[in-house]
Amino acid sequence: MTAKLQLRIIVGILLLIGIGVTAYKHSGLGFPLMPGSKETVWTAEAHISFRAQGDPVKVTLSLPHSTDSLLVVDRGSAGRGFGYHTENSGAGRVAIWQARSPEGDHSLFYRARVYRGGQPDVFASLDAPKRPDAPVFDLTQADAADTILAEAHSLSADNVGLALRLVQSLTAEEPSPAAQALLGEDPSFTDRVRMAQRLMHSAGIPAERVRGMSLEEIKKTSRLSDVLAVWDGETWRAIDVRTATMGLPELFLPWQFGSDSLFEVEGARDSEIRFSIIPDEVSGRQAAITLNAETGSMLLDFSILSLPVEAQKAFATLLLIPIGALVVVVLRNLVGLQTSGTFMPILIALVFVQTELLTGLALFLIVVSTGLVIRGYLTSLNLLLVPRIAAVLVVVIGLYILLSVVGFRLGITKALSVTFFPMIIISWTIERMSVLAEEEGMKDVLIQGGGSLLTAVIAYLVMTNRFVSYWTFQFPELLLVVLAVILVIGQYTGYRLSELRRFEPLARQD
Amino acid sequence: MLRLAFPTQLARAGIVGMNRRNVELIAQNNPRRLYPLVDDKLKTKELAEANGLAAPKLIGVVKLTGQIKMLPEFLASHEQFVIKPSRGSGGKGILVVSGRDGDDYIKPSGSRIGFDAVARHINNTLSGLFSLGGKPDVAMIEAMVDFDRVFDRFSFEGVPDIRVIVYKGFPMMAMTRLSTAESDGKANLHQGAVGVGLDIGTGKALRAVQHDLPITHHPDTGADLSEMEVPHWAELIRLAARCQAASGLGYLGADIVLDRLAGPQVLELNARPGLAIQVANGEGMARRVDRIEALIADENPPSDPIWRADWARRALGGGSA
Repeated sequence: MTAKLQLRIIVGILLLIGIGVTAYKHSGLGFPLMPGSKETVWTAEAHISFRAQGDPVKVTLSLPHSTDSLLVVDRGSAGRGFGYHTENSGAGRVAIWQARSPEGDHSLFYRARVYRGGQPDVFASLDAPKRPDAPVFDLTQADAADTILAEAHSLSADNVGLALRLVQSLTAEEPSPAAQALLGEDPSFTDRVRMAQRLMHSAGIPAERVRGMSLEEIKKTSRLSDVLAVWDGETWRAIDVRTATMGLPELFLPWQFGSDSLFEVEGARDSEIRFSIIPDEVSGRQAAITLNAETGSMLLDFSILSLPVEAQKAFATLLLIPIGALVVVVLRNLVGLQTSGTFMPILIALVFVQTELLTGLALFLIVVSTGLVIRGYLTSLNLLLVPRIAAVLVVVIGLYILLSVVGFRLGITKALSVTFFPMIIISWTIERMSVLAEEEGMKDVLIQGGGSLLTAVIAYLVMTNRFVSYWTFQFPELLLVVLAVILVIGQYTGYRLSELRRFEPLARQD
Repeated sequence: MLRLAFPTQLARAGIVGMNRRNVELIAQNNPRRLYPLVDDKLKTKELAEANGLAAPKLIGVVKLTGQIKMLPEFLASHEQFVIKPSRGSGGKGILVVSGRDGDDYIKPSGSRIGFDAVARHINNTLSGLFSLGGKPDVAMIEAMVDFDRVFDRFSFEGVPDIRVIVYKGFPMMAMTRLSTAESDGKANLHQGAVGVGLDIGTGKALRAVQHDLPITHHPDTGADLSEMEVPHWAELIRLAARCQAASGLGYLGADIVLDRLAGPQVLELNARPGLAIQVANGEGMARRVDRIEALIADENPPSDPIWRADWARRALGGGSA
């Protein structure tokens, strides 16, 4: 296999992995491609209050379920003097607070964070229900019930279809006489759902009420609303009664299923429950991280995001260096810019990130040019190499102190940021420039120095671009794409931009 | 005014760019392990001696500071010599002694220096003052070349050497660099030295450039550069080809000077010769590389450097390529 072919294969694999993982993280795990896109996260809160009289109190609260579009993450509870735990029970989980002998008014809170995205339908995990007992209708209602059921039965093919027909006739704008007879005057929404459930039961089909709240209503206090769940023979199907459609309403957070009680307070009086929903805008990336940390995505377990925050910060900077390297590669091999020291411009660009561009440029020019003058004098002393660079290093530190102190005295606090410049790099830059000045003349120093600074500025602009810094940190796998591009440029044998000028006289002859 | 050529124009002119030189000519033909042979002039000297390549004779080597004490005695029998660092860069640290007067050493400029100055120069050399990256070095003492006078009127200062690019044993392009007042006596093209492309077949001047632009006369001496012709050309080209065979480097720049009596002498070898030679020749080297590759692929030419040098003079000379 030739080197060229190998390179192409490697580049292909790198691109595939880099772009593939990025695409998966975007579409599969929900990481937004653009920085700053916001996502709503809700805090759902249940607030139970009661008056205790010194007897043992046990409070049970049924907890919200995740759905296929919402993910619930417990955020714990508050309740002074009460023991708290959760346990699985029936269709879902319950929270239990207990205390031996509380007295007076008490408030208990349960909080959960709700994210978009989610898990397989919770209803799917429920066992097959028993055949329900047929409800008893009084005489006037029995006929109406038969009429509606017969009509719905003839216009449907299965359980879910039957339920949808029933819900349609019970929620019609202008109800049929039969429906009116069943529901009576001015029925509430819950009455309609209850009636639909009774009718299903009388047809021998398991049906349950699911109580929950809609996250769309942004109110301080929310009421629970109902959804009908129907057994289709294999699994539970939700039916949105309001719209008479299949499936849970959008942003519906189910809190209680069927006959499970929503909450129970034993041993106290005047118990009351209130719900509230507080929407919250967070960055899409934060939401994606929390969501995937909860669902335990492998990709996140082995990513930078699993590291401590301090280490993450370090990597946020480290991951920018390849971008700087790419800039240097492009400018040197495609444009043909000369720089002093291959990657010195990247380090200078990193300093600019900390000092701001103009301050950094000014400080760099002051330090390097002063250093060059002093180094020029050291030349005449004929020093050996290592002592010479060591001397330059000392001079550089002296310059740092001088700049900082004088700058500070003059009220230019920005001069203090001179310490961000890595002094070893600066010393070597001065040394190299000085040698260059002796061997090739000042013109070359200006060309190379200018090239280095231009490269550093371009690298700085690219590295501080908020899209670039977002992508490198959130999608570190794009590093593989950068690597692929660098490898391709590594085998580029075409002309550099500067050569189009350099060899122009030769092209003119043809 | 921004004069830019189209890449296709350059490709048609057969110009090899930096990237292509690095990837196709250097990386594919010059194994890294051979670099020390040419980067260390002492090793080049040994290589030349082992292979019978004509080169200025090595008189001695100073490797330790302690050896300097023995030098006056060692040098007693040598009227003329050159002290140079083994890994010098850019022609720095070369001390030429062209005569003796008692205990004094006379430089070509006529100025006299004592032995203490010579000792200090060697000491500086050993400590790496002139070497690339400041690494400790050794000082070579070699015989002074008695330069052929034919170039005197073409050069402002110093004596020009002839750079021959040898590709896989075939000398394919040649030029000479003439220092000017502007280049401060240095033979460095981008500092203003004049590059004169030489016909690989005859050694006659093809074209002269300064700052990449064509000129006809030397800016300082006023000599008509088209009259330039390098003597002993066949011998010089053969010597360049033999340097390639001896060093094993597939893309080699051989710097050769002409001694009045001894003829062509190898001064230095270079594993990364530059591309300015194309500008001096007014022609790209890609076509010549292609012709050589075609010859190697089709006709299985003998590896004898003499044969290759003669083929190159016939086939690539006179603008016939």
